[in-house]
Amino acid sequence: MIAEIGHFALIAAFVLAAIQMSLPLYGAQKGDLGFMELAKTTALAQFALVLLSFSALVNAFVTSDFSVLNVVLNSHSDKPLLYKISGAWGNHEGSLLLWVLILTLFGAMVASFGRNLPPQLRARTLAVQGMIAFGFIAFMLFTSNPFERVLVPPANGQGLNPLLQDPGLAFHPPFLYFGYVGLSISFSFAVAALIEGKVDAAWARWVRPWTLAAWCGLSVGIGLGSWWAYYELGWGGFWFWDPVENASFIPWLFATALLHSAIVVEKRDALKSWTILLAILAFSMSLLGTFLVRSGVLTSVHAFATDPERGVFILLLLVLAIGGSLTLYAIRAPSLQPGGLFRPISREGGLLLNNLFLSVAALTVLLGTLYPLFLDVLNAGKISVGPPYFNATFGPLMIPVLAAMVIGPLLSWKRGDIFAALSTLWVAGLSALGALAISLIYSGVDGILPAIGVGAAAWIIIGSVMELADRVKLFRTSVGDSWRRLRHTPRSVYGMTIAHFGVGVLLAGIIGTTAFKTESIQNMNIGDSVNVSNYNFTLNQVQSIQGPNYIAERAVFVIQHDGKLVATVNAERRRYPVEQDTTTEAGIHTSWNADLYAVIGEGNRSAGWTTRLYKNPLTPWIWFGTIIMALGGLVSLTDRRLRIGAPSVRRQRNIPPAVVAASVK
Amino acid sequence: MRRLLYVLPLLGCIGLGIFFFLGLDGNPRALPSALVNKPAPVFTLDPLPGRLNAQKADFGGLSRDDLTKGHPTVINVWASWCAPCVAEHPLVDRLAREEDVIVHGINYRDRASAAVNWLARLGDPYAKVGFDSNGKAGIEWGVYGVPETFVVDSKGTVLFRHAGALTPEIVKTNILPLIRKN
Amino acid sequence: MRQLLSILTLVLMSFPFSAKAVLPSEIMNDPTLEARARTLSLELRCLVCQNQSIDDSNAELARDLRVLVRERLLAGDTDEEVLAHIRERYGDFVLLNPPVQSSTYILWYGPIGIVVFGGGLALLTMRRKNRSGIGSSLTEAERDRLSAALQQEGD
Repeated sequence: MIAEIGHFALIAAFVLAAIQMSLPLYGAQKGDLGFMELAKTTALAQFALVLLSFSALVNAFVTSDFSVLNVVLNSHSDKPLLYKISGAWGNHEGSLLLWVLILTLFGAMVASFGRNLPPQLRARTLAVQGMIAFGFIAFMLFTSNPFERVLVPPANGQGLNPLLQDPGLAFHPPFLYFGYVGLSISFSFAVAALIEGKVDAAWARWVRPWTLAAWCGLSVGIGLGSWWAYYELGWGGFWFWDPVENASFIPWLFATALLHSAIVVEKRDALKSWTILLAILAFSMSLLGTFLVRSGVLTSVHAFATDPERGVFILLLLVLAIGGSLTLYAIRAPSLQPGGLFRPISREGGLLLNNLFLSVAALTVLLGTLYPLFLDVLNAGKISVGPPYFNATFGPLMIPVLAAMVIGPLLSWKRGDIFAALSTLWVAGLSALGALAISLIYSGVDGILPAIGVGAAAWIIIGSVMELADRVKLFRTSVGDSWRRLRHTPRSVYGMTIAHFGVGVLLAGIIGTTAFKTESIQNMNIGDSVNVSNYNFTLNQVQSIQGPNYIAERAVFVIQHDGKLVATVNAERRRYPVEQDTTTEAGIHTSWNADLYAVIGEGNRSAGWTTRLYKNPLTPWIWFGTIIMALGGLVSLTDRRLRIGAPSVRRQRNIPPAVVAASVK
Repeated sequence: MRRLLYVLPLLGCIGLGIFFFLGLDGNPRALPSALVNKPAPVFTLDPLPGRLNAQKADFGGLSRDDLTKGHPTVINVWASWCAPCVAEHPLVDRLAREEDVIVHGINYRDRASAAVNWLARLGDPYAKVGFDSNGKAGIEWGVYGVPETFVVDSKGTVLFRHAGALTPEIVKTNILPLIRKN
Repeated sequence: MRQLLSILTLVLMSFPFSAKAVLPSEIMNDPTLEARARTLSLELRCLVCQNQSIDDSNAELARDLRVLVRERLLAGDTDEEVLAHIRERYGDFVLLNPPVQSSTYILWYGPIGIVVFGGGLALLTMRRKNRSGIGSSLTEAERDRLSAALQQEGD
């Protein structure tokens, strides 16, 4: 019964989406306030219905309702509750429902929090949002119904892939989709602006908070996925340039570019067509990612079960949404009013440089991901494009961005003085050189690349703080005056400082883990000790334990440093009888500056076990850095200025509707 | 001129759309062999231990020399632990017995006793069987899974490789014509 | 269906998600050679896995190729020779670092090409706009009117 309610709620939402995508558009065109306001109601109602549908699906999983096909294929009554719930979105159909839930959530948020938006813009934005919902709900209803029933319910289900039975991975999709799908709002705003034919500072101000929110979610989502890979896959890698990882990274790169580009539109009314294009591209890349994961076109460790028929449907959705918006762009963008002029060396110039390289980086990752497909379709051979390619191209492309990140905020608008900016940063420059030197001494001359990386990280970390210090005239005026300036600094500036600082921390973590990791692989018997970079790992015992739905071999390692006990970690090898699969759980001890990491492989009491032991310096900084970045975004979000509309709208509030309708074209 | 630039993203999108549409049919994991139209690799394998002929002597091992005896050959890579090999075995059998094709086998990473039993149970159509217990000969052939089947011409050049179980179509469309022609 | 079964067999040969796969028994005595082997392994694809290198995969074929890499290094091959040896047998697909050849020019030179194109475009647009100027955003007629108005003011 409940599954049917879920199904019908979805159908009702589909009907509402059809209304939402048509009538408000018409209303905006004709100036009919009634039709425009309709969008608000449909958006809120749609969200409520999809939420109901989603709850029905989660309920089916939690109650282990094996009359629902999706539950049979992806769940088992022995699974812990958390994974019963996360199993709801750990499959193709359920994750699509989550996708639509977040889509309608953002629509509802714009409907309720977007009070200060001009009615036409809001109506058109919600209409575009409705179009996307229409497409995806149709996709679900016609090809991927999560509520399909099984005629004869089996006694139990087939279980969930053991890799997905993990807290990190349980939360990874919701955050990821919040980001991924949240970018749909930026897309809708952009398309609405193109329909209207007007992009101005006010538009940029309205778009920013939504993009920021999505960006924060996406950053955390990607970070969670990466963190999961690190502790689950058993050797400390955190990024593999796998096609589906890339599919989430490309929108992130475009979204970052969008965030920065919107600043220029807001402050200087320039870079408009570029910003609109970025808004369209960011979500388009999200859609592309959705296609890649579910169509079977590329091999990936992440791919859901694939089906070419579904692939064609999504491709159609993609072509309509992206092709449609880009056609609109080609027609309307040239007539957007060009904005303020600026010299190449200026804050706008810095942001433009940032845009350029972030976009090229995104396109490069896209190129590398899709290139094997290109050649295959053209019958030009089968090649692989793996981490060596991405590392060789992505890294260098990021260097200008990292440099500009620190210098840019110190340049003035329109015409900046680069020497003044650089001289303000002398402390950062010195720290960078110092860090580079220390790193070189530590690792020798062939560690030149990591040393540069360490220097860059120091440059960013110190530089971002220096910018704030310069703003409050630290050491150049009285402490009281500096404090006063600090208190009056807008939140978005804090946000920027924190976020940029986070990038530096993240970079340091990446360099630390890729260049300075120490690994030791050997066979160990109980009682054996191995020294890894001055940390002594002793295999204390190995015991057999029973988990809720697995049997495991647990190895206990005692780690000592300079004779003192540092930690005791457990490493496991788990066997899941239902799913017939084995996973490893690494034993990790995290401190503020390094991870000690132990993995137990195959073996037995007589011959000993294969063990892999690691010291990963600065690795926790990858996750700290990501969190700090997202925090910076959140702080920025709380800036009051982002929530107050442009003055012209406020003036309209007390004018009778008829007059508003007449003034709206 | 400027307007042209604005159309670029749309053109890119259309191009990508076409590629994806064409790509939906493909199999991203199907691999072409690097050996096609090249000489068969040099390799020497011992005979499958325990596989004896009517005179209770072994058949002699398999090596590259067996492929340059002046007639085309089919090399079938198989193992007793491989399920699709069971499925395709009747076709291999028919190829050897009814179509009069010389089929040699490479027993890949297998246990000799299990392999011999497998042949006893399912039929032994092979002329010679090389025992590749450590997979090194397989690597020379670019084998990445089991079963795989190669067609080699009379001069020892590899003409064709099929990865996966044989089907009647593949035998009819690819293997037999190449054998007949060479 | 048969195709699916074959793929299944290939897949069964791999255990993609176990710990990093190098076994103690594979490790060579010479640390320099071993380091080279590890670097090379990261550039070779595990053909029966979904997107892993032979260094990361537990699959039997991955292990065989790891051993092969070490044997070639012991035999004195250079890094390029080891990769070429495996490429001869398995094709370009086995190389995770795509070779620079005519079919991959776009792949390797594309990014820098886009940078040059985009950067050039940006600079050209800025220069054109700046030339038509921050100062001269008035038309001829407007400038006349302005000077006339200023003259009037001056009187």
